[in-house]
Amino acid sequence: MQALQQIKSSFVPLPIENVDTDQIIPARFLKATTRDGFGKNLFRDWRYEQDDETKPKPDFVLNQRIFSGEILVAGKNFGCGSSREHAAWALLDYGFKAVVSSFFADIFKNNALNNGVLPVIVSDDFLQQIFALSATDTISIDVAAQTITIDATGAQASFELNPYKKTCLLNGYDDIDFLISRKTSIEQFELEKV
Amino acid sequence: MAQTLFDKIWDAHVVEKIPNGPSVLYIDKHFIHEVTSPQAFKGIEKRGLPLFRPKQTIATADHNVPTLNQHLPIKDQLSKMQVDQLIENCEKHGVELYGLGHPYQGIVHVIGPELGITQPGMTIVCGDSHTSTHGAFGTIAFGIGTSEVEMVFASQCVLQTKPKTMRINIEGNLPNGVVSKDIILYIIAKISASGATGYFVEYAGSTIRSLSMEARMTICNMSIEMGARGGMIAPDEITFNYIKGRIYAPKGADWDKQLANWKKLYSDQDAIFDAEININAAEIAPMITYGTNPGLGMAIDGNIPLTESITNEGEKKNLAQALTYMGLNSGAALLGMPVQHVFIGSCTNSRIEDLRLVAELVKGRKKHESVKVMIVPGSQQVAKQVHAEGLDRIFSEAGFQIRQAGCSACLGMNEDKIPAGEYCISTSNRNFEGRQGAGARTLLASPLTAAAAAITGVVTDVRELINHN
Ligand code: SF4
Repeated sequence: MQALQQIKSSFVPLPIENVDTDQIIPARFLKATTRDGFGKNLFRDWRYEQDDETKPKPDFVLNQRIFSGEILVAGKNFGCGSSREHAAWALLDYGFKAVVSSFFADIFKNNALNNGVLPVIVSDDFLQQIFALSATDTISIDVAAQTITIDATGAQASFELNPYKKTCLLNGYDDIDFLISRKTSIEQFELEKV
Repeated sequence: MAQTLFDKIWDAHVVEKIPNGPSVLYIDKHFIHEVTSPQAFKGIEKRGLPLFRPKQTIATADHNVPTLNQHLPIKDQLSKMQVDQLIENCEKHGVELYGLGHPYQGIVHVIGPELGITQPGMTIVCGDSHTSTHGAFGTIAFGIGTSEVEMVFASQCVLQTKPKTMRINIEGNLPNGVVSKDIILYIIAKISASGATGYFVEYAGSTIRSLSMEARMTICNMSIEMGARGGMIAPDEITFNYIKGRIYAPKGADWDKQLANWKKLYSDQDAIFDAEININAAEIAPMITYGTNPGLGMAIDGNIPLTESITNEGEKKNLAQALTYMGLNSGAALLGMPVQHVFIGSCTNSRIEDLRLVAELVKGRKKHESVKVMIVPGSQQVAKQVHAEGLDRIFSEAGFQIRQAGCSACLGMNEDKIPAGEYCISTSNRNFEGRQGAGARTLLASPLTAAAAAITGVVTDVRELINHN
């Protein structure tokens, strides 16, 4: 996993609630056996007419040149539905390093963190402030300080991040390394309980 | 101190709690399927690790498999590759596989319980959000991502933060024509698609106690659709009778020992939950969804809410977008609306009891000529039983197409898809945009309501058909 410390970037607004993982990456693209290349099918059915890459839907935000950046800003309950980690892989592969929303589905949140994509939970009000910005405005996210700042206005909010997950993110550690280091206590547990 | 059922099982599986961090949670049983496991196998191979406890993982192929001519090679090359990869990975790493053609093959959440692998007090995970189904047996069962599948491969543990607990009490007798699917659709409509996010739910009360294991599984299955980490029901005599004698169930003295442990699995009388909801079963009607998340549901004879009546801007927009996709009008009724497809299957409603319920209603009747009806047993064993009980005759006489076990039209991944723009009454669990195929329009309902629509060709209040009987 890549370490993640700071992001300063323009953003892509997606003011839609309950964005489920079937929209982030439709099931028919889950047939790969590796983690790579999912970015080109990110939001596939919202992005193209009739599944045709030569027919981008002009009003979908990923097809609007003016919006770009490493931060996706979405309406509440982002990532609900299927547990497919492919959703996090697709966001990462497309180039997003953080998703900002007022509410995330649990499994998605874990999957994102396990891949170095930061879910940033902000208040409804702060979310609306971001949606009101212009496309060229930038947002700064500081993982160590757990803050998100709208650079133009200086408005700042802090966000929650589990201290353990924070260490992992800052250093690019992953949970598997940690669990393997606990093998002895796991074996001990098995002897006592199982 | 008084403990909830959830606390009892959780505490018994914590290997270690990381200060200010998650817990190392030991996993008793791990189910895998072809879609979310290949990257995890690759991951441990890259690290040069063996599977830590291969005997505690059980595999099947369900999402990608065709449901016709399963004896022939899979036509879709990518699907075939994924299924072949699963076979190769299981062989290489010593994992028991109930793959295509095996008499135990089927949807992962159908086969676990029917084989008796799922037992009270266990922790169970699978790279699939509907793992919550197994909670019906009094287990902590939840869906995980592929990185976490890799964690279980490597250590038989996952890192989890303890969720909050919620109890949903349902009391009273269910009205005529109302079944367990209606209960859960009712709850989700009431508390919304995110209403239980952050919680692990226990379903309790006299209504729940009266339900069969299969009906309980339907309810726990859809816990994830209101955002819950999982759902569970305390085991009782109904649970023990269901498990007894199954292939993997404990036998002899071992059974007695386990049974004594299982009987301790309930929430203590004064256990405190972080949230509690009470529901009167008498209020529940046959349900149907009209939108693109399972929370957008109503009583079958109701009207879609008026967009104008919604004050929250986000919700208003959400509903408007959903109705555009669904081709439905705000304020409209659904009764009498023609549907082109009926899908009876999925890990929510593809067990023998669901199919018996359907058979009872359609016996001696025929499907309407304008609908295509697909009935897909959840497993090879269910299919076998359908045959043994002669239900297949009832279905073919009614003009239903009976297919072979798999996830089928629950998700647009295999060959079974609903064409763009057409309506499907489905017993599955998700009505997301494109879930049953790009552009497909899904109306979630119970097997009874689905069967009623199969007969009439339109959205129908099943209570009318029952009263006619
Ligand atoms: S039947 Fe549907 S919900 Fe269930 S495991 Fe298969 S795809 Fe997932």
